[in-house]
Amino acid sequence: MSESKWQMMGPLARAGAPKGPGSENPKQGQRMTGAQAVVASLEAEGVEIVFGYPGGHAIQMYDALYDSQVIRHVLARHEQGAVHEADGYARATGDVGVVMVTSGPGATNTVTGIATAYMDSVPLVVVSGQVPRAVIGTDSFQESDIVGITMPVVKHSYLLKSVDDVARTFREAFHIAKTGRPGPVLIDVPSDLAQEEVVFEYPDEVSIPSYKPTYRGNARQVRAAAALIAQAKRPILYAGGGIVSSGASELALKFMRDLGIPSVTTLMAKGAIPTHEPLNLGPVGMHGSKYANRALNESDLIIACGARFSDRVTGKVESFAPRAAVIHIDIDPAEIGKVREAQVPIVGDLSIVLGALIEEVESSGSVPDTRAWVDEVFAWRRELPVLDPRALEVPGQIVPEVALAQLSGMLDPERSIVTTEVGQNQMWAVQFIDREVPRTFLSSGGLGTMGFGFPAAIGAALAFPDDQVVCIAGDGSFQMNSQEMATAAVNGAAVKVVVLDNRALGMVRQWQKLFYDKRYSATELEDNPDFVKLAQAYSWGAERVTDPDEVQGALERMLASEGPYLVDLRISRDQAVFPMVAPGGELGDELAAGDCRADEWERAKSESDGAAIAGLFDDDGDGDEL
Amino acid sequence: MSEMKHVLSVLVENRSGVLARVVGLISRRGFNIDSLSVGPTENPSRSRITIIVVADDESYEQITKQLNKLVVVHKLQDLTNDSYIERELVLFKVSAPPERRSEVIEIANLFRANIVDVGASELTIEATGSQSKLQGMEDLLAAYGIKEITRTGKIAISRNSKERS
Ligand SMILES: Cc1ncc(C[n+]2csc(CCOP(=O)(O)OP(=O)(O)O)c2C)c(N)n1
Repeated sequence: MSESKWQMMGPLARAGAPKGPGSENPKQGQRMTGAQAVVASLEAEGVEIVFGYPGGHAIQMYDALYDSQVIRHVLARHEQGAVHEADGYARATGDVGVVMVTSGPGATNTVTGIATAYMDSVPLVVVSGQVPRAVIGTDSFQESDIVGITMPVVKHSYLLKSVDDVARTFREAFHIAKTGRPGPVLIDVPSDLAQEEVVFEYPDEVSIPSYKPTYRGNARQVRAAAALIAQAKRPILYAGGGIVSSGASELALKFMRDLGIPSVTTLMAKGAIPTHEPLNLGPVGMHGSKYANRALNESDLIIACGARFSDRVTGKVESFAPRAAVIHIDIDPAEIGKVREAQVPIVGDLSIVLGALIEEVESSGSVPDTRAWVDEVFAWRRELPVLDPRALEVPGQIVPEVALAQLSGMLDPERSIVTTEVGQNQMWAVQFIDREVPRTFLSSGGLGTMGFGFPAAIGAALAFPDDQVVCIAGDGSFQMNSQEMATAAVNGAAVKVVVLDNRALGMVRQWQKLFYDKRYSATELEDNPDFVKLAQAYSWGAERVTDPDEVQGALERMLASEGPYLVDLRISRDQAVFPMVAPGGELGDELAAGDCRADEWERAKSESDGAAIAGLFDDDGDGDEL
Repeated sequence: MSEMKHVLSVLVENRSGVLARVVGLISRRGFNIDSLSVGPTENPSRSRITIIVVADDESYEQITKQLNKLVVVHKLQDLTNDSYIERELVLFKVSAPPERRSEVIEIANLFRANIVDVGASELTIEATGSQSKLQGMEDLLAAYGIKEITRTGKIAISRNSKERS
């Protein structure tokens, strides 16, 4: 599968051509209803799976879907779940995820899912039923202006006005969703139009004169970038999700290895550069390692690849990487210079630009000498482990970092996909789950949507039924879409959910602990349901673990189970994520003693009021019990 | 950072919802639109929106880049630093009792404006021109008492023979 994953992306996706038969579909030229044309369009695009939920104004499209020989429909239990499922499918495969919902509440329930996909540049086509054209604008039953509501969070959207436009609109929507900077596209289909007849003529080409993404980087800029790289003493590759979207992982790796340039990765780039690549310093930013943050901050040249200098990476922008020049490569010109000025901006697709850049540097013969720099960052990595090992020894307690490292060791990196919810669980997963292959770590980065990870895991599991798909969840996030346990059970998605159960909205509670005087306003979830019984109610396998010695066995049983399985790992409420750059703080100014060398550790312990350290050991006297 | 007035000429698809996309995008990023006008062009499938915003350089760059990303936007021209012609149409309803009516008419003539409606004690004047001309006229009319003003919003066109994007 790793081979197919590497190949799945690339020139085809860029051209935006239908993945399916396009105009050569067997229904071409037939007379049919608008609803049948919608389904025929999806078939022409090669869509194999649609996630959705029916209703009055989608009933005709669902009727047409009932006849489809090629499209499998997965009935979610909530439209938000359906969108995240399609999103997980899209992130795992690189294909467009497809959603079908009804008008009104069905459509409004998709908004968070669409916004999540938009922020992380995930290609989706969302098809919503709409009230008949004649009553649009009259507040008729189950009418909502979903095109208006979603305008700020879609790449583009359509309200169909004529049945003659169905085929062309679908072709355009798929093209727009997957080319350039990918994103969600919404098509609103009035139900009277779905009834009208049309001769189905699916086009292969699109003609949108106002939409022409730039793929090839400007040659002069590429030369300017090569010249900067040749002179750099402390260059660093700042890898973002664009590397995944463009399928440029292999090129990025070649770039690093050929030129001796270390990398740091954003949340979206987890897996884009293998964890085990020595030159990869891994996660950077608010919960990045001290060594990765230091390397980015002290570099003299940042080569930003499909990354957008998010505040979760830069910390305080004014003091971020003060000595670094910036080469910024992105397919979206609006990202370049938005947060940090770029000395060399290059608009283009990384899978083309990086190749050109490597060629340019190598043909000019002036490869940078980075040996001293690489030695230096490697030394930081040795001296500043992500966490002090002692922080990981808490007798009698399950330590989430340790449990996830255990899990990581049990997963075949080529045959597994890990998704996360949002909060501490997400940050621990970024830190402690190793990923070697792109599209195997799925997490809501830009919007930080609690409730994303679990349905996304279902979407990924349906795309790759032979892979292990594990969702790392928090007890809060899991409850945001736990109804999707039915979807997993009914559709044979053998997802595994590890709930890091701290009976709290842990990440918010951690902030309250560190910055709000331990005033735990609305973050304690003492009245959680019994997750094991809940899972069992959906015919899942499930077990609870409280003893650290039993973690390994439970995870083994989970991974060995045929069907979906939940492990409720009881962890202390006081576990906190470190290192941490305080919000608005400076990169390089990480909070928490836990990541320091022994002497720094001792000093921090004696100097601090204990707040930071308390997160690692429950020695602050609030008597939290398991 | 210093803010500056920008005159943007945006060529868009002539379809419903397009104006909402353009205006929504600008307001979403926190900018106030000073003036806006929209109408079809020589090509019936395209409309031109003229927008005047006041923004600092960085924010302005972000707006234009984001506008360019909209699928419905064909071309975006910043006329601010170009040689361009800017016009607006204004309707003034001015208090003009019989004894002062001729003075008001004289002012209108001076600015080559038209009297489009005559009431018992007021005149409605239609004027077009550049901002400075219209402002000059408004200042003079103010002495007589302006009861109502309505403006079309500015439209602008580059003096260059070929459009640049
Ligand atoms: C939909 C949504 N609502 C609220 C938040 C704010 N938020 C961020 S992290 C978090 C706590 C998450 O708690 P849990 O899922 O239990 O994970 P933990 O941090 O304990 O691992 C909250 C409430 C969010 N990110 N998403």
